Formats: sequence, structure tokens, C-alpha cells
Amino acid sequence: MSSESKFGDYGGQFVPEALMPAIEELTDAYERYVIDNEDGFMDEFRRRLAEFGGRPLPLQRADQLSARYDTEVYLKREDLLHGGAHKLNNALGQVLLAKYMGKERIIAETGAGQHGTATAMAAAHLDMPCEIYMGETDIARQRPNVFRMRINDAEVNPVTTGRGTLKEAISETMRDWATTVETTHYVIGSIVGPAPFPAMVRDFQSVISEEAREQIVEKTGGLPDAVLACAGGGSNTMGAFHHFVPDDDVDLYAVEAGGSSLSVDEEEGVAPNSASLSTGDEGVLHGARTKLLQDSDGQIMESHSVSAGLDYAGVGPELAHLVDEGRVTPVNVDDDTALEAFHRLSQDEGIIPALETAHAFGYLERVAGPATDDRAAEPRDEHHDDLGDTVIVNVSGRGDKDLETVIEETQKRDLDIAPDMSIFNEIGGGI
Amino acid sequence: MGLERAFADEPAFVPYLAAGDPDYDASIEYVEALARGGADVIELGLPFSEPIAEGSTIQEAVVRSLDAGMSPDRFFEFVEELDVDVPLVCMTYYNLIYQYGSGQGPEPFVEKAAEVGIEGFVVPDLPAEEAGPLRAACDEYGLDLIFIVAPTTKGDRLASMMDQTSGYVYVQARLGVTGAKDDVDDATEESLARIAEWDVPKAVGFGIKTGDHAERIVSAGADGIIVGSALVDIVAEGHENGDPADEVAERLEGKARELKAGALRGAEQQATAEGS
Repeated sequence: MSSESKFGDYGGQFVPEALMPAIEELTDAYERYVIDNEDGFMDEFRRRLAEFGGRPLPLQRADQLSARYDTEVYLKREDLLHGGAHKLNNALGQVLLAKYMGKERIIAETGAGQHGTATAMAAAHLDMPCEIYMGETDIARQRPNVFRMRINDAEVNPVTTGRGTLKEAISETMRDWATTVETTHYVIGSIVGPAPFPAMVRDFQSVISEEAREQIVEKTGGLPDAVLACAGGGSNTMGAFHHFVPDDDVDLYAVEAGGSSLSVDEEEGVAPNSASLSTGDEGVLHGARTKLLQDSDGQIMESHSVSAGLDYAGVGPELAHLVDEGRVTPVNVDDDTALEAFHRLSQDEGIIPALETAHAFGYLERVAGPATDDRAAEPRDEHHDDLGDTVIVNVSGRGDKDLETVIEETQKRDLDIAPDMSIFNEIGGGI
Repeated sequence: MGLERAFADEPAFVPYLAAGDPDYDASIEYVEALARGGADVIELGLPFSEPIAEGSTIQEAVVRSLDAGMSPDRFFEFVEELDVDVPLVCMTYYNLIYQYGSGQGPEPFVEKAAEVGIEGFVVPDLPAEEAGPLRAACDEYGLDLIFIVAPTTKGDRLASMMDQTSGYVYVQARLGVTGAKDDVDDATEESLARIAEWDVPKAVGFGIKTGDHAERIVSAGADGIIVGSALVDIVAEGHENGDPADEVAERLEGKARELKAGALRGAEQQATAEGS
């Protein structure tokens, strides 16, 4: 572990002056407790991750997908982490760190609600008051998670500015922090924001690849040929990649949300996708220099994805750097392909994935799946048409939270793979 | 001679408005009204889509201005068109400065700003640690770079900022984001005391709403007052009520006179206290 604040030219600390002392204090705490294990912080973190979170989590061979793709497909089952997504690895780490730092209050932003839920659980577990900022668009499309946060006794503050998604929620949480910085810790939910957050969140999430690397060697006697993970801000991505980064023979694919289109509408300031690694330009947002969806003036675009958790105009600076270095390959999958993959994993493997996670499986299908009429028409990715003999896909979260969206979006489309959804109309729409 | 000159004789009144709020033409009138009302420096906001240091009042101004078509190029036209005899400072976020022109560096933006007559910058998301390239470009074109001293800024950070700031220093009166408040925070006096020996004018902002606030802050030792949200509130109210721009401009001029008069009263008290 290291406390790097820059990744190549990316990263840094572009925040209001009022926050700088808190960021220095946090950097100091990160170095002492997380990197140097002062006062046994990391031992307590690992113990709580095991007892409260349920780690270690299995690496499971996906029998049906392996047969379909003629490739050994292994699933890293982060959906089995307490709360149903990888988010608790980070939230538990940061809430515990806040406690070691003597902070009295926790705030966090959330997009899909998974990070908010994980933070609310961790705060309840560690007896800290907690407030979550969430865009009103996201509140509407992720209601189950709003209920879970409230039931864990967290306050949920709706954010009504902009399009009411993750970008606005982060800005609003930073405003709260600028007011309450002396008593409050901001549990940022991804590998974004000012240093030390990107490195610290990665360190908490790197338990994913630490386990997966040992498990794949144990099961197959060697390293995988490729690791696939979906990428929004990029915390499950870097968590799944970190311990494989030095293994040059392991290809790393960050699967972004292609949304409905990769093109942008400069006039309206809208990018109907969240593919900042694939299509973004360098810029400064939310405390870091990174790749962004922005117009030619530098105004931040409104992103889009069917999956709330990927719906963000930026990405972690470390991922941006690894892409520039050629170590990580950014690819993207559109809403339709992600929905198909959602249904396939649910039907073939008995795992209902988060819509975020479904993007990673959508890429697997596109590259390794049987040819279809649709696909014959579009060019295959020339360089990546063979992922190799052994592939790990990070199952970053489970899809219970997405069922309303999936039913709605599936009914809008003509997907061969989807089950008959008419029963949901008969029972009155909502679930 | 940099922006220091605006603070030389008497306490300076430094108003802020978002350029182009609620539209280009009305905003020109409003800025000129502030100059007539006694502004000594005017901070013009170039709206950025993610204003993380702003409270709801200025966030809404930013949205109105962007919706009405404000952009960096339009902002520079705006500055050129203004008929005011007051130094102008551009307040914006770093990404807009960084992307301008061929992009990926602050120099083209600074060059253009200098060309249209901007004399300095306030960049709320650019702490001293990241300011090197902008500081260098400002030096090259003879512009001031104003840093914000927060209630939490102490020790080494304060010292490194003192090395970099020029024109004046923006003393943030309270923690939090911008927005008019009904009182004066004790943190103001403590912050002023921490930088008392700095040889640069100290202008206090964040939360100042009335002439009485201005008086109290200047009597506590400030060389100037920065007022944004209380003025933007007047613009917003006029916009919501559909009031004619000249009436709104008159209200702004009146508010400016109230704030400037308060600052002058504060200076008298300061002088009396020093004399006794």
C-alpha cells in the first residue's frame, strides 16, 4: 500500500481551502492507521469485515457461462458481501477510520444507493450518526435502498439541483463537509475526489483482488487471462484489478456504461452515456484531475446510464492513469446489452446481478458469445475477440435494488431473452 | 499597480455577481449599477456547472446564467462591453480556466482575461498546493491571484498562502458555503487576527448581508468587505417577480450604497479606537 496523491498527471487536491486541513488530517490518519496499521486498525478492520461483512467471499466457477463461452468463467461474488455489494469494504473501512480519528458524524453521497446503504449499515454497526445525500432522480429509481438507509436510522437528504444524480450528490456532500469539517468525516463512495481518497478507497477495496488472486491460483494452478469489472467511479474496478496490476499477462477490462449512445449533445450539455474512460477528456472535477465528460468549454456534461451506480461524468484518477499507460483497457456496453446480460446471468446462473455488474457480463457476451444477426452487422472488437481460457468477472453487487427499473426497461424493449413480464401488470405494476 | 490600490484610501466594497444572471443585457446593467453604488473592485462570477463552494443562492444564479447562454467566450465579451471604471476580478472554478483555448493549461485563459481587462482571479477549488501553473501565468500577464483564507487555515498552510497571494486576500468569515446570513461569525475576528501582520489588504466575505455587518467587520480590522449572495438575492427576486431591469438595478445600487456606507462607518470606529 502507498499513499500516492498523484497517478501520473491525474489526481491531486482541487478543493476549497476550508477543506484542506481536514484533507491533511485524513492523509495523516490514512498513513498511520491504514498503511502502518497503527493501534491495530487494519486488524480490527479485517476482523469486522469477516464477522460483520462475511468475508472472505467465494470465487465461483460459472458452469453454464463457461460452457456458453467455451472459456473458464469465474465469478468473484462481491454480491454476497453484507448489504449486497462491494461497497461495504470501503464504507466499513472509512467509518472505522473516522472513529479512530475522533470524528462524531458521518456524511456520504450515494448514486445507486448501494454506497449510502453500506455507509448507513457501517455507521449503525459502529454507532455513529449518519446523513446521506442522494439525488432526487436516483431516489425515485432506487427506492428500496432509500428504505434500507432510513431503516438503518440514517437521514436521507434529497438533492434537487441539476439532474439529481451522483454528480450533484457529491457536490452537495462537499458543501456539507465544508460547513461541518471539524466534527464530520465524509465517506466518499468511490476512488474519486481529492487525495487521499482515491488511494485509500482503493486500498479498502483491494481485498477483492487479494482474495481473488489467491483463489484462482488455488483453483486453476495459475493466473487468469483476463479480469472484467464494470466501471462508474471505479471502486469495484480498482478493487478487482489492484493485485493483478503487476501481473502483465493478466488483461484488465474496465467496462463502462455506453448508455443509449456514445455521441454527445454539446448544445444540451448531455452525454447519453457514462463512458468517461472511453470518451472523456482530462479535466478537474470534485477535487481531482481525471478523465471527464465535458463540453469544449469545460462545463461538466450530464451523463446517462440505465444503471444509477455507473451514472457519473468522471472516473477515478488511478483508472484514468492506468488506461493512459495501456495497462487497463476501457470498453463499454450499452443499456440494451446490459439488460440482456442481466437476464442471462439470472436465468443461467441463478444470480440476479446489479445493473452495474450486468455491464461486465454484457461485454463477455459481446466478445465471446455466439454470433447473432445483430452482431454480425457490427464489427467485433478486433483486438479483444479472445479473452483467453480463464476469465474472472467481478460480481460487484446483487440486483434486488434494480428490479423495478429492470421490469420497466424490459417492457420498453423487445428482448428475446427476457421472461414474460405481463404478470407484473396483473399484480398492479409496483413490487 | 495591482488590486492593492483599491484598498489604499478607505475600506473597499467588493461586490460579486454572476455574469449573465439572469441574462446578458440585464446583468450588464446590474454590474454598472454596483459601480455607481460605490464598488471599489467587482468580482464577476464565470459560472461553472459544479460550483462546490457555493450555497443555494449562487448555485441558482449559476443555473440562470448558464441557461441564458453564458460561456467563457461570452464572459470575455461581457467584460469588454462593461462601462465601469472599477477593477474587475474573475471568480470561477479551475476546470474552465484549465480547458480554455487549446486547452490543458491556464495560460490561454489568463492571456485572454488580461486582454479584456480582468485584473485578478479568485478560484475557490484551487488551493495553494495546486496553484503553481496559474500563479505563473498570472505573473507573466501581470494579474493578481487572490487566495481564500478559511477559519480552518492555520500554521504552515497560512504561510505558504501568504507567499502566493497578491492583490488582496479573501478572508472567509465562516465555515461552509457562500450565502447571506443574519449575524457576524466570531471566526471572522479570529481569522483577521491570524493574518494581522500580512502586508496585503484583507477583504472579508461569506455571509455579509447588511450595512451593519459591513460596519462591524471593518471595525474589527478588515480592509474591505466582499458581498455576493445578498446582491444575488436581489437579482433573483427581481427575476422571479418579472421586475424591469432598471428597477432591479436601482435596488442593487441602493444596497451597494448601504454596504459601502457601513464599511465607512466601520473605518471611523477603527480610527477612533486607534486614536483613544
